[in-house]
Amino acid sequence: MKTIIERSDLLKALNHVQSVVERRNTIPILSNVLLEADNGVLSLTATDLEIEMRERVEAEIVQPGAITAPAHMLYDIVRKLPDGAQVELATDETGGRLNLVAGKSAFTLQALPREDFPAMAQDEMPVAFALPVGDLRRLIDKTRFAISVEETRYYLNGIYLHVLEDGGSPLLRAVATDGHRLARVDMAQPVGADAMPAVIIPRKTVGEVQKLLEEAEGEVSLQVSDTKINFAFAEIVLTSKLIDGKFPDYTRVIPSDNDKMLKLDAKSFAQSVDRVSAISSEKSRAVKLALDKDSLALSVSNPDSGSANDELSVSYGADAMEIGFNARYLMDITGQLDGETATFELADSGSPTLVRDDEDGQALYVLMPMRV
Amino acid sequence: MTISQDKSATTDDRPATQPALCPDCLNSSTLEPHETRCPSCHSPRLIKHDELLQLGVAHLDCDAFYAAVEKRDNPELNDKPVIIGGGRRGVVSTCCYIARIHGVHSAMPMFQATKACPDAVIVKPDMEKYGRVGREVRDLMRELTPLVEPLSIDEAFMDLRGTERLHGGAPAESLMRLVNRIENEIGITVSIGLSHNKFLAKLASDLNKPRGFSIIGEAETLDFLATLPVGAIWGVGKAMQARLARDGIRHVAQLQKIDESELARRYDSMGLRLARLARGQDSRKIVPSTAAKSISSETTFNEDLSDAKALEKHLWWLAEKTAKRCKSKGVAGKTVVLKMKADRLSSLTRNVSLPDPTQLADVMFDKGRSMMRQVLKEHPEQKFRLIGIGVSGLVDDQLADPLDLADPDKGRRKAAEQAMDSLRHKFGDSSIKKGRSL
Repeated sequence: MKTIIERSDLLKALNHVQSVVERRNTIPILSNVLLEADNGVLSLTATDLEIEMRERVEAEIVQPGAITAPAHMLYDIVRKLPDGAQVELATDETGGRLNLVAGKSAFTLQALPREDFPAMAQDEMPVAFALPVGDLRRLIDKTRFAISVEETRYYLNGIYLHVLEDGGSPLLRAVATDGHRLARVDMAQPVGADAMPAVIIPRKTVGEVQKLLEEAEGEVSLQVSDTKINFAFAEIVLTSKLIDGKFPDYTRVIPSDNDKMLKLDAKSFAQSVDRVSAISSEKSRAVKLALDKDSLALSVSNPDSGSANDELSVSYGADAMEIGFNARYLMDITGQLDGETATFELADSGSPTLVRDDEDGQALYVLMPMRV
Repeated sequence: MTISQDKSATTDDRPATQPALCPDCLNSSTLEPHETRCPSCHSPRLIKHDELLQLGVAHLDCDAFYAAVEKRDNPELNDKPVIIGGGRRGVVSTCCYIARIHGVHSAMPMFQATKACPDAVIVKPDMEKYGRVGREVRDLMRELTPLVEPLSIDEAFMDLRGTERLHGGAPAESLMRLVNRIENEIGITVSIGLSHNKFLAKLASDLNKPRGFSIIGEAETLDFLATLPVGAIWGVGKAMQARLARDGIRHVAQLQKIDESELARRYDSMGLRLARLARGQDSRKIVPSTAAKSISSETTFNEDLSDAKALEKHLWWLAEKTAKRCKSKGVAGKTVVLKMKADRLSSLTRNVSLPDPTQLADVMFDKGRSMMRQVLKEHPEQKFRLIGIGVSGLVDDQLADPLDLADPDKGRRKAAEQAMDSLRHKFGDSSIKKGRSL
C-alpha cells in the first residue's frame, strides 16, 4: 500500500475514528486503525467491537493495499505535522511496518496485517429512514443528560428510541432515565420509520453520534435491526450494537394529574439554583423550593458551611408547598430548555414533578423530589 | 505492692491511713490499714486505696455476660452450670462461673464442654437479646459521661476524670453507684477496673472477677506490671511472645529493664509500644463510640447447603433481620454485602453499590440473591456452611429508597414492606411472613 494525502484531510478523518478506540486495550489489534487504499479513496476504520466507525477520504493512491497501525499514535503524529503538509503512507516490503513521511519528517510504526482486524458482521438492516441532522441532534441533546451510569442496570445505559402513535400522529420518541430524572423528546415520525423496532442506543454511541452531528449538515440516514443501528453521514458510517435489554415501562411514571402549576423564567431560575447551591455539600445537593402565591423561595442549608436563600417572582396560584430537588438535576433540565419560560407541574413534596418547555411542546422532563 | 482488691484485703506495709469506699452501702471513710471491713455496714467488700479518690479511667466488663442474661431471664438456671453455645459444630461462647469450676471455658468445642460438665444446661445464644441488654448497660454508663468507648457488646472504657463536682463524688464512687444500678435495674453483675490509663484499667477489671472492683494506682504501676508475663501486654499475641521468648524475655519486669530505644530498635514500632506499656504508660484517649460502619446478619447452617432455593430462604430471613436493624437505627446502607463460607474455602464476600441507600429487605434480598447466584455459578456443587447479608456505607435514612422512575413497581414493594413492618410492630415478628420465608 502506498498513498499520498493532504494532512488536514487525514487529520480530520483520524480525529473521528480514533475517538472510538479505547485508551487501554488488552487486544492489540483494537488499538489500531485499519487503512485501506483503493480507487482514489483511503478509508479508515476503527472499532471497539461494539462500535465501528468508517470514514472515506479522497487520496492519491500510488499502490492499492491495506494495513493497520496504532490509531492514537498515528493521530498524534499527524496532529503535530505542519499545516498543509503532504503525507505519504506506505507499507514496507515485509508488510510489518507503516512508513509515514511528510517533508523531512519520517516515522516508522509497528503495523499489524489487515486480516487481523475484526470486521463487524454486516447484518441485514430491515428498517431504513433519513432525518434532518438538526432533528436527531435535538433528540440526543435533550435526553443524553438523563442516561444512567449505573452498570447493574445496563438497560438504562442508553437512549431508548422507538416509534409510536400518539393521538393519531405518528412519532419518533427518545427517552432516557437514571431513576431520578427522565427526559422524553418526540419528533414527527420520519417516512420509513414506522416498522422500526424499539432500541436502546448505548451511551458511548450516543456520544460519538453527537460529535459527528455537530459537524454534519443535511440529512443523516439510519438503518436499524433488532441488534444494530447504523448512522450514515456523507463520508462516515457508524455502526453500533444495541443494548440487549428491556427498557422499563416509563409511561407509568409520568404523572398525568399534577395540578399545581408553576411558571417561571428558566434562565433566572437556573441562575438562582446555581447561586444557592454554591453552599451545598458534595453529598447532598438538595435545594428546597418554597412556593406561595406568585413567589418562589429557594434555599439550601448545609450543616458544615451555612445556608443560602434566594427569591424569584413566578406565576403560581395553587396552595403553598415545599419541595426539594437535586440542584444538579434542576440545572441539567433547565440547560436543555429552548423557551424563555418553563412550567413545573407539581403534586406534593414526595411525588414526581413534571417539567415542560414552554417553547417545545414535544419535550418533557420528570424529576423525583428529594427529602429536605 | 499495694493493689486493693475487694475480696482479699491486701496487707499494707505503710502505716498511713487510706481513703476507703464501700461498694455495698457507699459509705466513705478514712481507715487504718488493719481495718478491712466497712465501718458502717461491715461489708468485707470494702475498697481501700491511697489513690482511690484520684483515679478516673475505668474499664467495665460484664461477668459471664450471655450466661448472666440467661440466668436473669430464667431463675431456674441460677444454681446450674450454664453454657451458651449452639449447633452441632459450635463452640462455647460463654459459660457461667459454675460451669467454669468444671473446667469449661469459652472457645472450647461443644462436645468437649459437655463431656467435662455433663449436667450443664446448654442455651443457644440469642444475640439480639444480648445486644439489647448490652445497650442498656451502655446507656447507664452514658448517663455518667459521654466518654464511653465500647470494646464489645459487654465491655467498655469510660473516662470519669473531672466529673467529681458534677456527680458529687470521686469517680470511684460514681462507678460503685453505676455497678449497683446495673445489678438492680438490669439484673447482671459487672467488674470494674480503675486506674490512670486504658491499658491498666483493662488489666485491673480482670483481676478479681466476678463483681470485682480493682484499682491500679500510679504508685504501684511499675511493681504490679513487673509480676506479669509479657502476654499480658495488650497486643502481644502468640507470635510476639515467641519472638520475645527467643530473646529470653518472658516477663514484663525484663522489658522494664531494657531501654526504650533498644526495644524500638529490636522490635520496631511494636518495641516502642512494649517499652511504654511495660512501664504502664498509655496515652490513648477514650474515644466515644463512632456510629457503626455496617450492619449485617449471618447464620451457620446445621447441615451444609448447596441448593439455591434453600439458601435463598435463609438469605431472605437474614435480609429482613438486617433491614429491621437498619430501620430501628434510622440508617440506610449504600452497599449490599453478601458473605458465604464453605468448609474448604475461606469466606467469600461480594458487594454491590446502590444508586440510593436502602433499608429495605426487598432491595437487600434482590441484590444479595443475584450475587449469591453468581457465587453458586462460580462454585458449582460447593456446599456452604454460612451465609450472611449486610449493608455498609451507612447514612441517615433521610435519603433512603426514593421512588425510582426506572422501577415503577418499587413504590408498591416499599409500601408492602412498610405495611408488614407496622403489623409486626403491633402484633409481633411472627404475625406476618413473606411467602418466600416459609
